[in-house]
Amino acid sequence: MTATRTAYKWVGTRPVRHDGLDKVTGRARFGADFATAGMLHGAVLRSPHAHARIRSIDVSEALAVSGVKAIITGADLPELDDNQVEGGEGNATYRDLSRNILARDKVLYEGHAVAAVAATTLRVAEQAAQLIRVEYQVLAPVLTIEEAMADDAPLLHDDLFTSGLDSPPKEPSNIAARHVTSRGDPDAAWEEADLVVEREYFTKAVHQGYIEPHAVVAQIGEDGKGTVWGSSQGHFVIRTLTANVLGWDPGDMKFIPAEIGGGFGGKTTIYLEPLAALLSRRTGRPVKMVMTRHEVFRATGPTSGTWMKVKMGARKDGKLVAAQAWMAYEAGAFPGSPVGLGVMGIFACYDIPNVYLEGYDVVVNKPKVAAYRAPGAPMVGFAAESVIDELAEQLRIDPVEIRLRNAVAEGVRAVYGPKYRKIGLVETLETARDHPHYSAPLGPWQGRGVASGWWMNYGGETSATVNINSDGTAVVMSGCPDIGGSRASLAQMAAEELGIDVHRIEPVVADTHSIGYNDLTGGSRVTFAVGMAVVSAARELIEDMCSRAARMWDVPPEEVEWVEGRAQSVSGAFPPLTLEELAAGSARTGGPLSATNTVNPRGVGVAFSTQICDVEVDPETGRVTILRYTVAQDAGRAIHPDYVEGQMQGGVVQGIGWALNEEYIFDGDGVMENPGFLDYRMPVASDLPMIDTVIVEVPNPEHPYGVRGVGEVGIVPPLGAVANAVYAATGKRIQELPMSPVKVLEALSSG
Amino acid sequence: MAQVFFSNALQGLTGGTTEMEVKASSMRALARSLEEHFPGIGLQLKSAAVAIDGDIVPSAWWETLEPDSEVHFLPAISGG
Repeated sequence: MTATRTAYKWVGTRPVRHDGLDKVTGRARFGADFATAGMLHGAVLRSPHAHARIRSIDVSEALAVSGVKAIITGADLPELDDNQVEGGEGNATYRDLSRNILARDKVLYEGHAVAAVAATTLRVAEQAAQLIRVEYQVLAPVLTIEEAMADDAPLLHDDLFTSGLDSPPKEPSNIAARHVTSRGDPDAAWEEADLVVEREYFTKAVHQGYIEPHAVVAQIGEDGKGTVWGSSQGHFVIRTLTANVLGWDPGDMKFIPAEIGGGFGGKTTIYLEPLAALLSRRTGRPVKMVMTRHEVFRATGPTSGTWMKVKMGARKDGKLVAAQAWMAYEAGAFPGSPVGLGVMGIFACYDIPNVYLEGYDVVVNKPKVAAYRAPGAPMVGFAAESVIDELAEQLRIDPVEIRLRNAVAEGVRAVYGPKYRKIGLVETLETARDHPHYSAPLGPWQGRGVASGWWMNYGGETSATVNINSDGTAVVMSGCPDIGGSRASLAQMAAEELGIDVHRIEPVVADTHSIGYNDLTGGSRVTFAVGMAVVSAARELIEDMCSRAARMWDVPPEEVEWVEGRAQSVSGAFPPLTLEELAAGSARTGGPLSATNTVNPRGVGVAFSTQICDVEVDPETGRVTILRYTVAQDAGRAIHPDYVEGQMQGGVVQGIGWALNEEYIFDGDGVMENPGFLDYRMPVASDLPMIDTVIVEVPNPEHPYGVRGVGEVGIVPPLGAVANAVYAATGKRIQELPMSPVKVLEALSSG
Repeated sequence: MAQVFFSNALQGLTGGTTEMEVKASSMRALARSLEEHFPGIGLQLKSAAVAIDGDIVPSAWWETLEPDSEVHFLPAISGG
């Protein structure tokens, strides 16, 4: 269902995706599918301890195993300084990134890589890894934010001093940074409020849960140059990170992107790539490395567990007068949680005059967090949307109505400072309010919750090329891996411009030696930013083709226009020249038809989503069943509605998992107890109803087709929407995720 | 005159000034002007996120400013 119509031929339609046949027939090659002659296999030795000092590493016995060709440890990587990683997602310094790839003096989480082995078979590599002797001095693990922030907490890093304090700290701590944002005078404003609600919330670390484990093949020659094949969310960025961690030149390596089986932010950084590249250089042979699912859980991702305290005050009419939040995010083993985005996002849906926000980035003995779909925003959404729901209930105002009374719109200043441009939050709220779902009857032990969410999208450095073949077909080249259907969307925009059938266009994800630099596939940016570059390149081509037609007809260029794939004489004095004719004759009119465009665009805008969730709670087992779910999200304009809806549905499903089931479970020593999909319970198709979607289109004026990023914001509201629905069904507000059956039963049995 | 807003983190260097008007036609000129007002702030500005007229702009220091532009210096952020 689409809220507004478009008048385009291809934009807004649902053509079969160009990569669909290869994917459904198994021909598409994902990261682990690649193999090459003479290839070695790599395996990683990982720490069994969550926190320990490495006293010594002895690889002699492992090196003596027949078939073992090389072993590397942290001593083989260069020491790097504290320069901030640029281009990737998630905060990190190169020093920490390197120490996460291979531990140096300490291991900081169970699963932390200690050594890597290359051998003729995977089995030999794995067996040899177990023969590496590591002497550890086991230290007390720090597993929660509360423990980490305590004055007497064991320190993960002796040299970590909190940034952002009013005065520089004298002692190191586990608190890496403090972020503060404020406006107005909340302390004075509480008196204006007729109702103040103050609550505390907790969420657990959750993993991105992509189906495809990390995989890479590296082939580096004696001259230090070579090729790396692998799946990632951005092979240019992965190349830069890999080269910098190794102290190599990025241009010496060609990174060829494989198809990617999900990333959700978790494949925006590196784990195996430098290991495979260094082992390949040491051995002179290609090296393949593929993580197991256990390794993915224990050593990659996840996103932060959090502890939040939120206070909001409203007048009787529902108008918010003040809000305050204290947020602490687990960063994992090294600084760099997305707490800054939590600070920005917690009240970004609302126009509140008096705000004080304080966020803390806290290290704990868990894997270093990685970006996860709208990093940092879903957790604060859970807290803020729960408090808003409580205010609405106590003030006897409809939960959508209270949001409408406070919703941000164009010209309103965000709590983090800038004024919003054209945005669609109000439209998503009105859509939800008017949807039949919102007024549908409910039965016993059933409840309905709503929540809204914000996300700031990203533009980023972008290159794209459009080539016209001699038969009039076209190739659209980009450098961003296609995760959510971007090939089809880019081809549609090119087809709309060029006036040819979308299936006469072949969209290609090019390697690092074949196209200009591209930032990650992340920040909901590809259809927006790469789309802009493709549209500009196509328009340059059209101008070129019209110019050639003008010269052939001996008329001024302005007397030629491009209409439905043809150069046409404005006066009608000449028969039109089709794209096919111009392409076939290009050698005689100036050479190949090709155009490249690069952008680093502004105007990406922010995205909003409002969601309605119905649940039924089984009072005997505590199980929460999602009965019905509706998403209204502003997409600006949906280029390919199937994939916009897919993004909306995917975000919701991940958010539901976060709300109800997913969590990292550790024993007292910090060992993860559920590193597999049987015990780490993500929703599957049989768990959920069809997620109903309504694409709201408030076109982004800064994009030629009005596009707004759609990939991330869908995951922000579900945590709050589900929690509010559980409250409506049970009368119990659960303030700690996940709302597993055990927790629901505990809540039901509490007074 | 561009209107400049400082994050809480930068307000330690601006003596508590939260916003000010600066005559500058580019972000580079604005940085020079701010350094004159608040010696030492330039280094901190480099690590801040910059929003110009509502957009967080990755290549902010390359941008020109309109007479009525709004510039926000925000805590450095990443992710997405």
